[in-house]
Amino acid sequence: MRRSLLLKHMPANRFNGFTDYGIGIGLRIPHYAHIFEKKPAVDWFEIISENYMVDGGRPLATLDQILERYRVVQHGVSTYFGSAEPLNREHLRRLKALVKRTKTPWLTDHLCWGSVDGTYSHDLLPMPYTFEAAEITACKVREARDFLELPIAVENVSSYAEFHMSEMTEWEFLTEVVERADCGILLDVNNIYVSSRNHDFDPYDYLNSIPAERVAQIHVAGHSKFQKYILDTHDNPVIDPVWKMYEHAIRRIGPTATLLEWDDSIPSFEEVHAEALKAKRYIQAPATAGL
Amino acid sequence: MTLLELQRRMMKAVMQPLTSSDRIAPKTADGRPMKIEAAEFITPNSRLTSLERLEIYSRSYWYRALDSLYDDFPGLRAVLGQQAFHRLSRAYVAECPSRSFTLRNLGERLAGWLQQNPQYAGRRHALALDMVRLESAHIEAFDGAAEKALGPEDLIELGPDLRVGLQPYIRLLEFEYPVDKLLIQVNRASEEREEASNAVLKQKHQRAARRAIHLKRVRTHLAVHRMDFTVYYRRIAAEEFQILSALREGQPVVRAIQSGFENSAASLDEQRGMLEAWFAAWAELGWLCPPARVKKERVTT
Repeated sequence: MRRSLLLKHMPANRFNGFTDYGIGIGLRIPHYAHIFEKKPAVDWFEIISENYMVDGGRPLATLDQILERYRVVQHGVSTYFGSAEPLNREHLRRLKALVKRTKTPWLTDHLCWGSVDGTYSHDLLPMPYTFEAAEITACKVREARDFLELPIAVENVSSYAEFHMSEMTEWEFLTEVVERADCGILLDVNNIYVSSRNHDFDPYDYLNSIPAERVAQIHVAGHSKFQKYILDTHDNPVIDPVWKMYEHAIRRIGPTATLLEWDDSIPSFEEVHAEALKAKRYIQAPATAGL
Repeated sequence: MTLLELQRRMMKAVMQPLTSSDRIAPKTADGRPMKIEAAEFITPNSRLTSLERLEIYSRSYWYRALDSLYDDFPGLRAVLGQQAFHRLSRAYVAECPSRSFTLRNLGERLAGWLQQNPQYAGRRHALALDMVRLESAHIEAFDGAAEKALGPEDLIELGPDLRVGLQPYIRLLEFEYPVDKLLIQVNRASEEREEASNAVLKQKHQRAARRAIHLKRVRTHLAVHRMDFTVYYRRIAAEEFQILSALREGQPVVRAIQSGFENSAASLDEQRGMLEAWFAAWAELGWLCPPARVKKERVTT
């Protein structure tokens, strides 16, 4: 595996296992053939944990092939730290088995809820920004971290609804959770942009307010505009305003492991990777300036 | 309102079935106007009402669940037709929402539910039921656990107490219809999708549907298994099905063989020939493994 020289000064922190992973892309089935045949140089792949939390067969065999050559970070979609119900022990047991397999240095999932009384929505539902919700969520993050024995970072989600009962802004809530849990942040810059347009706030207020030292990883992605709202669809290139926010985030946080998400209408591997590597132009500047 | 109260309320609203034009349900399960329900916990903004904001999540929930069933049960779609499949899917998801962290398991209760709700398949109920069981078995065989396979050398001493297990990913099924052939045809048509025009594809679907209508009842025994990570459907004899089922239940090999030929018309010579061929095939396919009980004892000692 060839690592990018310009990223060798990427700072590490305890929330990403003191790693400096560079720029990655999501591992997606349409790219398997290209990856196995061409063996492209990629800093790292992010996998959706749930796709590999199975007992055997092709998913695990394919993952093992990837692990022979590439570094992998696990990203979950259904731990639901924000659900009021307790963590699903079967889910955690399977997650831990996968963690042992991938040796992921850190693990991420969303700051959201999605299940109630054992019924699952399979969606990333928005949190009410209350102190009660922050404490419940933080408690579950701590419990998962202790069970899995590795750093956890929570990702801010795109949202389309807010609640009357909220007692603070989204970025205050994120800060409240990560400080109570003493965990990291997976900062999704596109999600901040989407939510800022849906809820009429300044995305730079968000970027300037979160605890920068806790950011373990960054996500960038594309989205879709509708007449009255924006939807986080991951089916387009990253738009310029999101890259500008990314540049601002990098200036504030420092060069950070970054991943491009592209999950629908997936183009060729080269196109997705090229889109991800656009992040280099923003990472390079602060790293050079700091030398 | 506590976090749990809010989440129960929102989940109920989101999971309330959409209207026929895919709009959020006008009323809650309790009969309250959804507009009032949404306004009680969701704030509006200058562009969207509380109800419209809730509708984004309700549609997302239903589209995701229905898409998952659509992808997992192409054979059932061919048997029922698109509209009847859509009706069935909506009714099933409404009654049996996901209880698992993965959508892979969304259809795990579909066979049991369809057994209890024959009206969603009409006169093709038995055929539809067979197809659901096959497609569910396919999902399980695809990523089920595998144990170290036993080779011929492990079966040399066929003592009265010798027990062997069956690979956990294998599913043994008995059907009223030969649905395996139909599903293979449906999947082949789907694989050709990229190369064919929509018109050609539509014709293929129509042909598959016609084949489904005219499929004749033929008692069929099947082992759904995998080789090199690809799932296959292997037709097996009724006696073979019985023996494999008995082995899976943990019966000694000798007793499993006896139960397999209990009502068989085959002569002893024929039985001997069949057994030799079957055990050779099972060993070659890696179907046999140590029995589960023996493994547990090994772990505890």
